[in-house]
Amino acid sequence: MKYKDYYEILGVPRDASVDAIKKAYRKLAHQYHPDVSKDPKGEEKFKDISEAYKTLKDPEARAAYDNLGSHQPGEDFQPPPDWGQQFGGGGNFSFEDIDLSDLFAGLGGGGRSRAGGARGGNFPIPGQDYEVTAPITVEDAYRGTELDLNLSVPDYDEHGRMRRVPLVFKARIPKGVTDGERLRLPGKGGKGLNGGPNGNLFLTIALQPHPLYRVAGHDLYLDLPLAPWEAALGASVEVPTLAGPVRLKVPAGTNTGQKLRLAKRGLPKRREGEGDLFAIAQIVVPPSPTESEKKLFKELADASQFNPRAAFPTGDGK
Amino acid sequence: MRTELTDAQWLHDAEVSIEELAELSGLSTELLRELVEYGALIPADTQSAHWSFTADCVVTVRTVSRLREDFDLDANALSVALNLIERIHGLEAQLRELRSQLPALRVKR
Repeated sequence: MKYKDYYEILGVPRDASVDAIKKAYRKLAHQYHPDVSKDPKGEEKFKDISEAYKTLKDPEARAAYDNLGSHQPGEDFQPPPDWGQQFGGGGNFSFEDIDLSDLFAGLGGGGRSRAGGARGGNFPIPGQDYEVTAPITVEDAYRGTELDLNLSVPDYDEHGRMRRVPLVFKARIPKGVTDGERLRLPGKGGKGLNGGPNGNLFLTIALQPHPLYRVAGHDLYLDLPLAPWEAALGASVEVPTLAGPVRLKVPAGTNTGQKLRLAKRGLPKRREGEGDLFAIAQIVVPPSPTESEKKLFKELADASQFNPRAAFPTGDGK
Repeated sequence: MRTELTDAQWLHDAEVSIEELAELSGLSTELLRELVEYGALIPADTQSAHWSFTADCVVTVRTVSRLREDFDLDANALSVALNLIERIHGLEAQLRELRSQLPALRVKR
């Protein structure tokens, strides 16, 4: 088991008062709480902060923690022998595969475990709920997918002793999900104790950025580059969709920023129907025009009376 | 190795009772009632004597539950936080939608 220095995590001396611990915790919570903080590493930091606080604010858990002695953070260590009895009912109990926070869960400290406090009790305890973010691709959302989930969860052996076990399973994600969608996997949370129901696993879908499509709800947006003559004269162009390429008729006189709608070519919706695909026209000029292209543009410039800046207040815009 | 395959369920489809919401979030039904009273939590059918909630409330209420536990907030402070969080979610969704309409085209020079 790896040692964590709870005092150092909270930035307080080992003899800090409960009030000082609370104050230090609150300051850090405002800084790192994942629901409040914008720090991308906030969640991880807050886990440690919360674990430290929950152990140190409880006199019994704090005394037990102090009893472990002081070690280097991250150092592998074994708790004193009598811990085994307190924790799991004697024998050669291994502390290898549990977290430090698991030790204090039963004393009102440690993580958020709902089941933790009830080791050895006889009343049913529902299992803990988990929340996991599931990054999937736009293609996965279009077709539906099977997602590999790999979690490390607390579990209890036949003697009610806790250990951490890997939980590996596949989740079928139905087609029709979009960014921010929430799904529930009933019974896939922590195991219930003494006949209590298993917890739930909540998945939040996070669509990964796609090189072509931008997603808004079930609609997709795609930049459609057009040559100036295609935009002016109209054209039939090939557009990639999630179901394969389709031909799109670009009307004559299309301007940059105009949206051309390809109905029902977006992401499928949950019950029925599909979102749309919008191709946003972007007029692009040849990056390095040939001499003949330049000549033709020059001819056009001389022949045309078109003033794109007619709306500007001053003069003729030239 | 064959791994077990589990079907993920839509949260929107189901409706949950206030008791189920309490059980899923770890908040008491009294506190949930208070949040409804403050308008921070809106039942699916406000006319009905038995409140039910769309199941995607669950995630929001779990956030509230975390905030209560981690910041020692009372019902009043929680409803303020909940309203602000909902507003942020709404704004983020709008921002995503507007962003997706901005051209990302970069022409190689």
